[in-house]
Amino acid sequence: MATILVVDDSASLRNMVVFTLKQRGYDVVEAADGQEALSKAREAVCDLVLTDVNMPIMDGILLCSELRKLPSFKFTPILMLTTENSSEMKQKGRAAGATGWLVKPFNPETLLSTLKRVVR
Amino acid sequence: MSIDLAQFIPTFLEESFEGLEVMESGLLNLDTEDAETINAIFRAAHSIKGGAGTFGFTDITDFTHVVETLMDELRAERRAFTDTLKNLLLSSVDCIRLLLEAARDNTECNDPQVDQVFKQLEMVLAGGEVVLTHADNEKADSTHNLSSENDNLPENVSSAGEINNSGWHIEFKPAQHLLMTGNEPILMMAALAECGEFLVHACTANVPALLDLNPEELFLVWDMDLYSDCDEAVVREVFEWVEDDCELTITPIVDDNRAVNSQSDSLFQEHLADFQNPQGDVPVSVQDEAPVAATITTESVAPEASVSITAAERAEMSSVAKSQDNVRKSQSDAGSIRVGIDKIDGLINRVGELVITQSMLGQVGSELADLEHPAVDRLNDGLLQLERNTRDLQEEVMRIRMLPISFVFNRFPRLVHDVSSQLGKEVELKLSGEQTELDKTVMEKIGDPLLHLVRNALDHGLETPQERVAAGKSECGTLDLNAYHQGGFIIIQIKDDGRGLDTQRIREKALENGLISSDQVLSEADIHDLIFLPGFSTAVEVNGLSGRGVGMDVVRRNIESLGGHVSVTSEAGIGSSFTVTLPLTLAILDGQLIKLQQEAYIIPLVSIVESIWVSAEALNAVAGQGRLFLFRDEYVPVIHLSSLFGFEEYSKDFSSSLMVIVEGGGKKAGLIVDELQGQQQVVIKSLETNYKRVDGFFGATILGNGQVALILDVASLIKMGLDNANKKQPRRHKNNDEAQQMKVRV
Repeated sequence: MATILVVDDSASLRNMVVFTLKQRGYDVVEAADGQEALSKAREAVCDLVLTDVNMPIMDGILLCSELRKLPSFKFTPILMLTTENSSEMKQKGRAAGATGWLVKPFNPETLLSTLKRVVR
Repeated sequence: MSIDLAQFIPTFLEESFEGLEVMESGLLNLDTEDAETINAIFRAAHSIKGGAGTFGFTDITDFTHVVETLMDELRAERRAFTDTLKNLLLSSVDCIRLLLEAARDNTECNDPQVDQVFKQLEMVLAGGEVVLTHADNEKADSTHNLSSENDNLPENVSSAGEINNSGWHIEFKPAQHLLMTGNEPILMMAALAECGEFLVHACTANVPALLDLNPEELFLVWDMDLYSDCDEAVVREVFEWVEDDCELTITPIVDDNRAVNSQSDSLFQEHLADFQNPQGDVPVSVQDEAPVAATITTESVAPEASVSITAAERAEMSSVAKSQDNVRKSQSDAGSIRVGIDKIDGLINRVGELVITQSMLGQVGSELADLEHPAVDRLNDGLLQLERNTRDLQEEVMRIRMLPISFVFNRFPRLVHDVSSQLGKEVELKLSGEQTELDKTVMEKIGDPLLHLVRNALDHGLETPQERVAAGKSECGTLDLNAYHQGGFIIIQIKDDGRGLDTQRIREKALENGLISSDQVLSEADIHDLIFLPGFSTAVEVNGLSGRGVGMDVVRRNIESLGGHVSVTSEAGIGSSFTVTLPLTLAILDGQLIKLQQEAYIIPLVSIVESIWVSAEALNAVAGQGRLFLFRDEYVPVIHLSSLFGFEEYSKDFSSSLMVIVEGGGKKAGLIVDELQGQQQVVIKSLETNYKRVDGFFGATILGNGQVALILDVASLIKMGLDNANKKQPRRHKNNDEAQQMKVRV
């Protein structure tokens, strides 16, 4: 089963996402900010990254462009979890190399059905 | 305390079904914008959602939440009530009923209608006016399944009337860099294939010659036909993230001429395999040979690959998906099961017997090794495998009993909070290694000793804030609890940064209580060790282990009764650290096999300090103390096990004996043995259960040859040995009689 890196500074949302993913059998690596995520990404092979945008220390956009610099993350889907569905946000994400976005709040079913489009 | 919510579920279901009826009749009669009826529907949805949330039916909560939100918008007149909306809401009622029925029957609702309606509701909420008008159609046939839906699709579609197309034609020309965005066409197509019958033509015309081909880029263009009654928005959603990175046209398919090329199915599988791994595995075995590459190119450009997923395949796929669902469900159900501890103990016992049988067979095998017979080799191979499998099995079974030490550690944050505020101290508790696992029985027995050590650290180790500041430390003291595995043991450390042990006071106290004599020279570590001696604590023993009044000797005794030991290091003004070493399990033990007069015994490896040859000269007779041996600047009493156990052929000849230096109960001793044999893991059989408690023995085990070997309890043996030595007269020890009897019975 795929390994998913979940990055969010809000523990409650992260827990919900992690719980949902684990229930579905995915392996999950957690990080509370971009910096932590980046160091974990260097250690573990991930098949998908789900990251919040607004986070302390390193935000999701920067994380995304940093990840794309790693050879092992060249093709890895990176989804941004965002509260705003603006085209400006999407543009920023796309420029950083994001694969797609998920607009918060979302329920576990949406999350899982959306994931199927980018991860096996 | 937890309340079993399950008892309220029947009531909840009853209420909810009533609520659905209210919703249904309300919706049917809602011709005009009747505020009271809308309110009633809203309230019904709201209470179903609330109840479902409480009882953990998240699917119902999620579904009803959307309905509720929609009703709320209607109620606030932010949305006009239309017939399409009414139909959608009515089919939502059906879906909620399906979900409730599933909840009632303890099954999972796999009806695709639920997801479909849910998506439509969400779409409506997201601001789209598009409401799929075929919802009524769907509702009429709520028992339909995926495959029948597909088989009947053309009829359905034409009879629906309101749907003027039988699917969507999609032209998808992704940008070359699409893969670099992390998007994956094959997965998108798989998502589309879930909506209905799906036909894909891959156009390879743009694929460059192999030499020019950049494997990281995408050159394919796809024509797709999706025969489905799904909404265009559903199709668009799949392409949501790539719409800026591709040319995409989506047009309705009006006619019904489908060319299902079943012959290309296998082709599809092949191409699928190619697509699965677009980044790397392009067959580039051709290297630099241009002519060859050219021929390949012409071939690869040749015909357009036409692939389809037939209805039959889809049915298969959905059944696979369903069975996966079932597996998943049973997995989540089987995530943990409650099993009586007696069953597990029975299993462990059985495996223990298996280990004995295996080692018996192993011995037979090695005895046969000299025979020149081809079967002997095969036998030994088989025995080797048996050994490996037995070992694995044993490990797995032992793991069942393993629990993370957090079960014990979790008691401490509250305790530290309570005790420290009681004492007016500021303490920060740091826990680490909570996930370290150990045997349940060990865990149950280690709780109280640890509690005592923690209380001790809070009480005596850590200072008050004033004292700490005066000593130049931060006001807040730190208490570290750490657990980790080392070898076959778990190490638990309780470390504080308090004042440390007061060696002067301990010495005085020990003198007072007659534990040491005034002329005894003791190292700092020796003095620290005194706190574990019985009689050191001046406090009165209260009931059992209330945490107060129990001396450290009880802590040490309890830990040693588990086959572990405890030690302390301390530095004045810096802090103290107690280290508890415990075996991971009480069922198996690493032992040293020894022989006395042809009888086998086991010494727990954890108790052994060193095994040495000694000569008679090294043994000094001291009046009143038996014999002593100078072991690293320390005189240790010598215990002749044969004599202690009362074997007849006792010899006083100490010349060149084998001595095992052991440590237990804070004392060292040298045990004279006849023979040292191998080290091995032994399965502990309780003497209490099988016979009765025998002083000096911890338990018994059965060796590979079927012989019973007693496991020495080093601490109590040392005590016995010292008592005996004082009597100076070798005598037949009554324990041996008992042990002999027991061997007959086991």
